[in-house]
Amino acid sequence: MIFTEVSSDPIDTAALLARVGSDEDGAALLFIGVVRDHAEGRKVKGMRYDAYSEMATEVLREIALEASIPLGTDRIAVAHRFGELKIGEISVCIAVSSPHRAEAYEASRFVIEEIKKRLPVWKKEYYVDGVSEWVEGTTPPGTGIENSTHAVPLTDEGLT
Amino acid sequence: MSVPVRTLFFAAYRDRLGVSELSIDLPSGSTVADLVNELRGRGAPFDMLPEKPAVAINQIYSFLDEPLTTGDEVAFIPPVAGG
Repeated sequence: MIFTEVSSDPIDTAALLARVGSDEDGAALLFIGVVRDHAEGRKVKGMRYDAYSEMATEVLREIALEASIPLGTDRIAVAHRFGELKIGEISVCIAVSSPHRAEAYEASRFVIEEIKKRLPVWKKEYYVDGVSEWVEGTTPPGTGIENSTHAVPLTDEGLT
Repeated sequence: MSVPVRTLFFAAYRDRLGVSELSIDLPSGSTVADLVNELRGRGAPFDMLPEKPAVAINQIYSFLDEPLTTGDEVAFIPPVAGG
């Protein structure tokens, strides 16, 4: 059964993995996205994720449904976190299982790539030098807006 | 006749505008593009909004020529960056 969640609670990866798998499945995959300590040469001390949480839960469910078609099973569980995260904390986790590995790898990859394209979630990097900045993003499909028309000032120097 | 809508701002938009939510009355027949013009016409800081922002109406990505109806929730969506 497809499971999706967008929450400020820490992600329990073992619990997510336990939501997939069956006697038919020879492959189970767990992808874990983690906050790292650098971005484009700058040292990062933490990250803040904002989410349009009601919509993000729905969009995540749509993504998982789409992924389930080529996967051939509905054994997909995805969690995305928002709020303040430290280095090493988990921001996103994707569990999938299927009879054979190729479909599982494909579905896992599809879910993370689609999350980056269209999940209404944003992240701000906090650098060790005290500066913070919203990470440059992608304009989601379905809005009729070209990426290049977005001239959002993304730098938040001076904000604490 | 006016059309009350609820607008939401996230991430960089919220930081720049200093507000996460606004209730706005629009003339009936207004589209999302009219809402954008109304906001940008208020001047700073609302003129930081792009002329053509990505939006979601009632939590579904939508085009700017979409007409608005009473009670719609219109979210201004900065470029997304999940994962």
